[in-house]
Amino acid sequence: MANKGKTIKVLLSRGDNSNSALKEYEVPAKESQTVLDVVTWIQRNLEPDLSYRFACRVGMCGSCAMTVNGKPRWTCRTHVSKVMDGDTITIEPLRNMPIIKDLACDLNEFFEKWTKAKGHFVPTKTRDDSVQIISPKEKSRREANAGIECINCGVCYASCDVVENDASYLGPAALNRAWTLVNDVRDGGRIERLKAVTGDGGCQSCHSQQGCTTYCPNTLNPTRSIAGLKKAAAIATLKGEM
Amino acid sequence: MIKTHRNQPLWYAYILHRVSGIALALFLPAHFYILSLALNEPESLDSMLHWAEQPIVKFAEFGLVFLLAVHLFGGLRLLALEFLPWKPGQKTFAAVAVAIAFFVALAFLLRAI
Ligand code: SF4
Ligand code: SF4
Ligand code: FES
Repeated sequence: MANKGKTIKVLLSRGDNSNSALKEYEVPAKESQTVLDVVTWIQRNLEPDLSYRFACRVGMCGSCAMTVNGKPRWTCRTHVSKVMDGDTITIEPLRNMPIIKDLACDLNEFFEKWTKAKGHFVPTKTRDDSVQIISPKEKSRREANAGIECINCGVCYASCDVVENDASYLGPAALNRAWTLVNDVRDGGRIERLKAVTGDGGCQSCHSQQGCTTYCPNTLNPTRSIAGLKKAAAIATLKGEM
Repeated sequence: MIKTHRNQPLWYAYILHRVSGIALALFLPAHFYILSLALNEPESLDSMLHWAEQPIVKFAEFGLVFLLAVHLFGGLRLLALEFLPWKPGQKTFAAVAVAIAFFVALAFLLRAI
């Protein structure tokens, strides 16, 4: 084994919002080791009170995102060998969110913004109606499908400078969600939703830096979704619908 | 030095667009003021134009034309991104916008000297 006896230097953020600092640990190197493996090893062997989140470990649940060497990543599917900076790896909580403790952030605001962006489906039928047939080839369905695989990990939110500078900005994930619903032909909340994502903190605040798209682990494209919202809102305004 | 999330080409394109915008906003009032000299104080304008013949000023003008062009083509890129159907290859578009701006500014410099 090439890694036998080798260790990696890990700088891990400990503490909370008012007081956090990097602390150094030595962790045995393993083959195919993920960043989440490293954090778990530290908690099991050195720091039983280390706080962090994970659940699925296979890139489904979206709970394990952290800042790794300066960039937001899903840690369960990020291999240490891919992100190593020399022999060191720095692991911090996600940016743009309050820290509860160590690597665990408070995601309340992140999810409240989904609600503000009217990220919920508004049904137009009842259980007595027959099931609506929708072809996966329809343009609107393809637009919606392109954005629905979001796992709510917050990586895009942490990589967005507009989120950092404008507390009211809804952020890439919530706007991406709104865009999938705007394209859902079964949904009845289109105009209300376009109103919710327009104006203060809405889609027009996005500067198209595409950090969200660069780092989204599921290779979604929130910038494209937001551009779609901008266009849809502009057209609806010109038509006098909103 | 840890490279943060900002270390990606489109973030640099964004900051270039912002900085060029601010620089132009600062420059334009001065530009219009000097143009207005043509009406009120032709002698001052002449001495100003004479001053602008210096190589260093010529080079500064190259920078100015670059800022103008990069803001123009970068702006067109953003308009296309927002109002035309989405195209992959956004980094390439940003690079092309900067390249065109550079050549426009270079052509200006070669004509000026
Ligand atoms: S494209 Fe818009 S939403 Fe995405 S990171 Fe940039 S400013 Fe934020
Ligand atoms: S859009 Fe991508 S980065 Fe953002 S929350 Fe969804 S899966 Fe995560
Ligand atoms: S632990 Fe579920 S996505 Fe990483």
